[in-house]
Amino acid sequence: MMTALRYGYRALCWGAAWCLCLGGGAFAQDAPPMPEGDQCVACHLDLEELPEDFQTYDVHLKQGLSCVGCHGGDATTDDMDEAKAPGTGFVGVPARTDTPRLCGACHSNPSFMHDFQPRIHTDQVEQYFISVHGQKLKEGDLKVAECTSCHTAHAILPAADARSTVYPLNVPATCKTCHGDAAYMADYGIRTSQFDAFAESVHGKALLEEHDVGAPACNDCHGNHGALPPGVASLNQVCGTCHVNNAQYFAESAMAEPFEDIELHACIECHGAHDVRKTFDAMTGVGEGSVCLDCHDEGEDAYEAAQEIYAHLAGLVAAYDSAAAQQREVVRVGMDDMDIAYLLKDAHQSLIQARTLVHTFDPEKVGARTDEGVAKAREALALSLAQIKEFGTRRIGFGLATLFITLLAIGLYLKIREIDKR
Amino acid sequence: MAARARSKLYAWLHERFDLDPLLTYMRHKRVPVHRQMVWYYLGGVTLFLFAVQIFTGILLLFYYQPGVDSGHESVRFIMDQVSFGWLFRSVHSWAANLMVFFAFLHMFSTFFTRAYRKPRELTWMSGFVLLLLVMGLGFSGYLLPWDELAFFATKVGTDIVGVVPLVGEPLKELLRGGPDVSGATLSRFYAFHVALLPAIFTIILVLHLLFVQRQGMHVPEAVAKLPPSERKEIPFFPNFLLKDALLWLVVLNVLLYLAVFWPAEVGLKADPFSPAPEGIRPEWYFVFMFQTLKLIPGHVVFIEGELLGVLFFAVITVAWLLVPFWEIKARPGRKVRPMVIVGVIALVYIVIMTAAGYLGGLE
Amino acid sequence: MAETRRKFLNVLIGGALLGWLGSVLYPVLSFLRPPRLAEANVNSVKAGLASDFAVNSGQIVKFGRTPVMLIRTDTGEFRAFEATCTHLDCIVQYRSDLKHLWCACHNGHYDLQGRNISGPPPRPLAPFTVNVVNDEIIVSKPQPVG
Repeated sequence: MMTALRYGYRALCWGAAWCLCLGGGAFAQDAPPMPEGDQCVACHLDLEELPEDFQTYDVHLKQGLSCVGCHGGDATTDDMDEAKAPGTGFVGVPARTDTPRLCGACHSNPSFMHDFQPRIHTDQVEQYFISVHGQKLKEGDLKVAECTSCHTAHAILPAADARSTVYPLNVPATCKTCHGDAAYMADYGIRTSQFDAFAESVHGKALLEEHDVGAPACNDCHGNHGALPPGVASLNQVCGTCHVNNAQYFAESAMAEPFEDIELHACIECHGAHDVRKTFDAMTGVGEGSVCLDCHDEGEDAYEAAQEIYAHLAGLVAAYDSAAAQQREVVRVGMDDMDIAYLLKDAHQSLIQARTLVHTFDPEKVGARTDEGVAKAREALALSLAQIKEFGTRRIGFGLATLFITLLAIGLYLKIREIDKR
Repeated sequence: MAARARSKLYAWLHERFDLDPLLTYMRHKRVPVHRQMVWYYLGGVTLFLFAVQIFTGILLLFYYQPGVDSGHESVRFIMDQVSFGWLFRSVHSWAANLMVFFAFLHMFSTFFTRAYRKPRELTWMSGFVLLLLVMGLGFSGYLLPWDELAFFATKVGTDIVGVVPLVGEPLKELLRGGPDVSGATLSRFYAFHVALLPAIFTIILVLHLLFVQRQGMHVPEAVAKLPPSERKEIPFFPNFLLKDALLWLVVLNVLLYLAVFWPAEVGLKADPFSPAPEGIRPEWYFVFMFQTLKLIPGHVVFIEGELLGVLFFAVITVAWLLVPFWEIKARPGRKVRPMVIVGVIALVYIVIMTAAGYLGGLE
Repeated sequence: MAETRRKFLNVLIGGALLGWLGSVLYPVLSFLRPPRLAEANVNSVKAGLASDFAVNSGQIVKFGRTPVMLIRTDTGEFRAFEATCTHLDCIVQYRSDLKHLWCACHNGHYDLQGRNISGPPPRPLAPFTVNVVNDEIIVSKPQPVG
């Protein structure tokens, strides 16, 4: 089953790549022609009286949408009073509550947008009003994010441009502006530690440290314009967008229903939310680091299952490690390790699959896969030992050669003695 | 029957090549027998190891492919895919080390027995050039497996050439085949190692052996002073040659032992863009020079320390080459000969610096 | 007495010399015999007959130390990609139902150009060149451009 959701993320990336190709002109050139005959820009540039975030690369400015597009007024006159006179539609700084409507005037109009960015979505405003931000704005809350909070007002760039505030690498910092400010968020009663937690997570490290735009930023789980905290039901789907098998195994497992019944948040109960850490085998089992023990106690079947699952994984890891150690020895002594390397690759693959199968919470399924892996690892180990043994048989050859050399040496020695006597 | 065939063959050859004088020469060639004759064997062992190097080197050429993408891979291939590839590579590697070792030993034995004196000045000089060539062969061969340690050792080694004023930089580029150690360097070192240096080596070796044949073995002064009745000699052929052969067999067995129990290892492939790994050091016979360069401070008066070191070794090398011409004669009555002191100083210096290089770390 | 001794000595030396020669020649001749893989760097491998290769199927070819996925699309065209998934190094397989390359470990999908289209793989699979000469499939390393 390939749901649209599974494709969603890749589609986004490809879409962005397409925009890069098609709309290249939109942000590849950095010295745009200023809208000619536009007196607002001409005067304000002269006076150096410009909005704080004004940038000449702004995508709208480049397309000829200048100040009057949002602020109203008459751009044809160089008299400031005349330009802002009543009847020119001059609004000054638009009210925050008004920005979605203002942006939506164009961005919600598919036929209009088609002339500029044929592949762009046109449902942002609609989605925005579903979001908590949108709903609160409707109620008149002026502190919540509207379009310009994330996209800026005067330096707007396509999301695929690395300078954009909504470029994947920049999204966490953009959200953090409000969500990391404890004083600002005080009224809402939600945490402000998400950014720090995220920065420490596998996702955050991949995104912020390795600059891997394949890793999820805030919007990849929370949605873009329709930003909502993922609900109990949707959470599995959100993680499952990328972690397909894990989500599927979980959904099919005996764990799925009880989780829903008692409103546990599927994946994050074990893995955390913003602070998703790199997983390790001891998260199963009943030892230190076990997440199973969060809910299960000794004496339950689940307790034993956890133990069993961990034993399977640990068994394969041990088998793999000992085979890999022997393989290194094989390489060190200069014997052939090619077949061993193939077998170890198979064993490693089984390990990866078994780790995914943990999400079935079925020791038998995990065990079946680890058994395959252990068999491969054992085969690799046997082959390694055979190679090392063969390395040992060199000594037999050496012994044989030594025998002949010694005999020859003795013969020569006797011959020398005989000749010397003569 | 066999004897008749043999004499017939000899007659056939003699008719064409006039073999009798050669045979007479060989029959009359004699080797003096005395307590210090053990030194006579060292040259022979070095010669034998050279033969082993030629033999195993040619075999390795069957599979070795120089190149950044194939050098390391083909060495690994020789080690793990070609049957007995490990043996020939390990023997080649060990014989190289032993050859340097025995060449040094041969040189010092010649030095301390004062065998370089008239009329053997040219024998000494050709021998010393051979030693330098052996070290060159070692240096160029070290890079061919294109592994991490060799790569950086070569980088450091060729860098040292660069500090010589005027000719240093061009010489460095000539050695490297470019500004950096790269695939071009590998091609060059390959050419040095399998063609240029062995060719020069062979020519000088032939001269060296001709000199020895022409002049006969050097007899230490103490032995030479003895009355003829007390001086013993044995025929070179077959007596001495058989003893040589016996020793060669022992050396061969030692080589096999080393190759089987300590085979040449396969290091990590060289990556020009990775930081230098820890513990890069040249082959052991360069360590004393390497260590000296490390110990010299950055600047001595107004000369760069490294340059000073290089000049120092250049002067020493030339001086050592010309030993027969500036030998300090012992004054009568003095017990210790000045040249013995010179030799001991050189030997002790090499040993201490080498030990320091290995024990003290090279940081 | 001396005569027999000498004869014995000659036989001993002769025999040992023969044995020694054998212990030199055997390794040398084995060394010269072409090994299982002819070259250190595999640049191309033969992968069977084209006529035996079913349309809309794929198989793993051992390309030296690298597993390579050789596929035949439903249009009959041969393509080959490095078979190691760019996510966590599992081996991909051909899914004839999806007409995709698929990695079972985490459900990663690649299209028939080797591009990652779904699931966790971060990068496309590296392509290999496939030629069919006299019905024989030959997979080779792609020639570097330029």
